[in-house]
Parts: sequence; C-alpha cells; structure tokens
Amino acid sequence: MIEARNITKRFGDFTALDHVSVDVPTGSLTALLGPSGSGKSTLLRVIAGLDRPDAGTVSLDGDDVTGRPPQKRGVGFVFQHYAAFKHMTVQENVGFGLEVRRRPRAEIVKRVDELLELVQLKGLAKRYPAQLSGGQRQRMGLARALAVDPKVLLLDEPFGALDARVRKELRAWLRRLHDETHTTTVIVTHDQEEAMEVADRVVVMNGGHIEQVAPPRELYDAPANEFVMSFVGPVNRLGDTYIRPHDVELSLEPNGATQEAMVERLVHLGFEVRAELVRDDGEELSVQLTREQTDALELAEGQIVYVRPTRQTVF
Amino acid sequence: MAARAEALPLPRSWPSGGAALAVAFSTAYLSLIVLLPIAALVWATHAHASWQAVSSPQAVAALKLTVLVSLGVAVFQAIAGTAVAWTLVRDSFPGQSVVNALIDLPFALPTIVTSLTLLALYGPRSPVGVDAAFTRWAILLALLFVTLPFVVRTVQPVLVELDREMEDAAASLGASTFAIFRRVVLPNIVPAILSGVALAFARAVGEFGSVVLVSGNVPFRTEVASVYILGRIESGDPAGAAAVSVVLLGIALVVLLGIGAIRRRATRHDG
Repeated sequence: MIEARNITKRFGDFTALDHVSVDVPTGSLTALLGPSGSGKSTLLRVIAGLDRPDAGTVSLDGDDVTGRPPQKRGVGFVFQHYAAFKHMTVQENVGFGLEVRRRPRAEIVKRVDELLELVQLKGLAKRYPAQLSGGQRQRMGLARALAVDPKVLLLDEPFGALDARVRKELRAWLRRLHDETHTTTVIVTHDQEEAMEVADRVVVMNGGHIEQVAPPRELYDAPANEFVMSFVGPVNRLGDTYIRPHDVELSLEPNGATQEAMVERLVHLGFEVRAELVRDDGEELSVQLTREQTDALELAEGQIVYVRPTRQTVF
Repeated sequence: MAARAEALPLPRSWPSGGAALAVAFSTAYLSLIVLLPIAALVWATHAHASWQAVSSPQAVAALKLTVLVSLGVAVFQAIAGTAVAWTLVRDSFPGQSVVNALIDLPFALPTIVTSLTLLALYGPRSPVGVDAAFTRWAILLALLFVTLPFVVRTVQPVLVELDREMEDAAASLGASTFAIFRRVVLPNIVPAILSGVALAFARAVGEFGSVVLVSGNVPFRTEVASVYILGRIESGDPAGAAAVSVVLLGIALVVLLGIGAIRRRATRHDG
C-alpha cells in the first residue's frame, strides 16, 4: 500500500502538487492520468524519492519513507525515455541492481536469465541499448526495475516514446505481467485509453490536484466534474450540458423531442462513422454511429436529420 | 590524391559527391598545414644525419623530463578538469558565468606573460612566500596553467548532454552516490576526458613560452625539450634541433595513438 498524504511540491513559482493525497492499494494497478503539467509525474517521482516534497509524507506498506533516499525505498522505476545505461549490455543493465547489492555471481546470472525470458529479450543479452528498438529498450527497462524485487513498480509514461502499435502490444503485455506478479504498480500516462485499458483504478489529475479516483468504467459513466468528463472521452458541450457522441439518436423524421441539424461532414473509420452536425441553433455536435446505422439512415453530407440526446450530463 | 580517386573506378565504400569533396579538402588541408612541415622537419634531420644529437645525455634528460612532466600534467588535469566541469554543469553559484569565462583565459594570455606572472608570484620575491622558481615544480605549475581549459571544455558539453535519468535509475536500483558516479557517470564521460587529456598532453609536450622563464633551464634538471631545441638552434645546430623535435613528435604520436585506442574501447557501445 502506498499512502501519499498532503504532498506539496513547488518548482520556483510553479506549484506542481498542491496538497495531494492518494492511496494505492497493495496489488493494484493504478494509473495517474492527466494532461502535461498536471503533476502526475512529479507525484510518481515523489513516491520514488527522486523528488523531495516541500510538504507531506509518503509511506510504503505503513513505513514512513518521506526522508529516505530512493536507494532505500525498494521501488522499481521505469522511465519514459528508458534511462538505459548506454555503456552496459542488456544483461549488465538488468543485473545492475543485484550487482550493486553484491549478490553472488551465480544468483545474478540466474535472475537476469529469468527476467530476460520474461521480457522476451533472451537472444539480445549481449547487445548494447543503442542496438535495440524502443520497445526492446523499454522491456529491458522493466526487467531492470523488476530485478530487485521491488515492493512497488512505478512507470512514468513508459510507452510514451513508442509508436502506436508497439505501445498497444506493451500495454497488453504489462497487464498480463501484472496479473501474474501482482506487484503494486503505478503507471503515469496522459492517454485516457491507456489508463482505462491497463488500470484497475484511475486517478485523474489536473493542475496539481486530484479530480477523481475511480475504476475506469465508473470514471466514464459517472465523471465527477466537467474536467473528468471531457478528459476521459470525447464530449459535446452545449451550454451546461455534456453529451457523449454515442449518446445521440438520429432520425429522418422529426418528433416532439428532436431538433433539426445538418450533416456537415461524415468520417468513415471502418466500423465506426463520425458525423459532424450543425444544429439549427448553430451549435456543433459530433455524433458517433456504427456503419449499419449510417447505412440504414442513408446518411450523406448536406442532409437534414433530427437529433435527440439519449443521455446527457449537467454538472 | 583526390584527383586520382576520381579517375579510378570508385570502391563502393568511397564517399560520393559532396562527401568526396569534403574528404579531398580535408586531406589537402591537413597535408598542407600539418604533414608538409613535419615532412620537411624529418627531411632536415635525415639530410644532416645528426641522430647523435638525440642520444646525447642532455637531450635524453630533456626529453625524459618533458614527457614525464607532461604525463603528470595530463593525469592531474583529467581529475581536476573533470571536477571543474562537474561544478560548472551541475552546481549553480553566483558568478558562475564569470568562472566559466575564466577557464578560457589561459588561452588568451601570451605564454611568455604566463611565465613572467608565475615568476613574480612563485619566484624569489614571491608575495605569497613560495619560491618555486627554477625547479621542476615551476614547470608543472606553468603547464597546469596553460592546459587547464582542455579537459574542462571537452567534458563540459558531454556532462550537459548526459541523461540525468540514468542516475535516477541507478539510485532507484540501490546504487550509492559513489557507485552511480563510478559505474554510470564516469564510463560515459571517459571518452571526453581522454580527448581533453590528449590535447593537454600534446600542448604540454610542445610548450615553450610559459616554461622558459620560470624553469631556469638548468641542463639535466629543469631543461625541457623545447628549450633544449632552442639551445641547439642558437648554437648553430639546426639539424640536431630537428632530430630532437622529430623524437619528441614521435613520442607524442605514440602517446596520442595510445589514448585514442583506449578512447575507442570506451566508446565501443555506441553502436
């Protein structure tokens, strides 16, 4: 269990964290989600001991570690830009934590072997980081962090520097890894899809504050405020009302509750079709449809349709 | 040489177009400015068959002193220069930009002025009560002064570029501050240190102006090679001077090649 209490951290005039408190239950996979500058990475670095908070406390498994250097916290840290030791081979990188702990040679070799197997880098043990792809480097980074059997695993935008396909693969792989090891894990990301996909719990941060802590589904269905509503998924804002693009019903005939709108643009994304509408009151509305719905309505650009929100949120 | 390369069928690895032009220019430039004078020097030596000048005890003593002191200076600057570069990059203190600018000053000062200054400061009438004039210590001080910028200026940019997160990673993996420096930072800056060391050594070997006044030029004791060479010229033995110069150059070349080899070993991972 990670408990951060009233953490405040300033960099000059900028307040990165303003009295932030958060709990991460043992064995969970928690995402810190927020835009850049929201304080999510700073919070992670404070938990790791890489940044010292101006106020507040951090405890790991009931142990107050606020004054303790990163060396003595038993955390594994994975960096966005890998932080690979450039001058060491893959196996030396992974074995580094055990090496500085002066573990017996045989034990290090065995453990490094297991980890390279786990992250599927077995054949590349003697390579240098410069000879690896981004995805391979990050898997090495994970193996290196796991080598010292950390109490908690902290990942700072671990897939942020990778291309979309590799990112998706590694996400799924991380989730599987967590399901096997149950290491308490915190992942920082600015990508709501990533947070929803891998995490059990999502902590939404903004401007040095926490906006909401909830499981992914609840976050989407019952956002605590406008910020969370618009950050965790696309949303139409009409005055005080927020409507998700898939919560709009389209018909060709008006009835009492509908409003007239014109199809300005249709974007075909395979199974999904996105329709950009302009209502007769001038408000723009983005609607998400399936291909079947579009075909049934014989939707075309310039056409007049009648819209009715099936679900809307007012804060 | 470049013209010939163009006339022949080009090997596949031979640079093409602009690159070939660049190679041609570099080769011609290097030949004209460096290789030609050195060739002339070697030729001057050989023509007068004056190799015995090199083996005279006084010449051997001067060469030995020069190489040993230069090696000492290079090793000292490796440590001190790295420390200065570290302070300039990693710490922030008032007057930092002034200190940063001061580093290059030894380059701007005419070396004979350096010699005069050091003589005034560490000579018989020393205001600080240290009389090192006409000793080997004086040579060391003069050479340290003129070689200060090299290691600082080669290490500084590498430290600026060094990924700080490597150090964070090492810390989170349990490495002590000392272990982080020795096992993570040092291996990454060693190539730059060696570059600076090579430059400092080369400068020290050939240094004349800053040494000539403070060293006293006592044969067998404080006479460095460059001063000995001037002595040969003044006594009407330019061939002997050339011979000693060639030996000095030869030793310098061997040391520089050695440093280069270590440097390549240290950067083998930048695949």
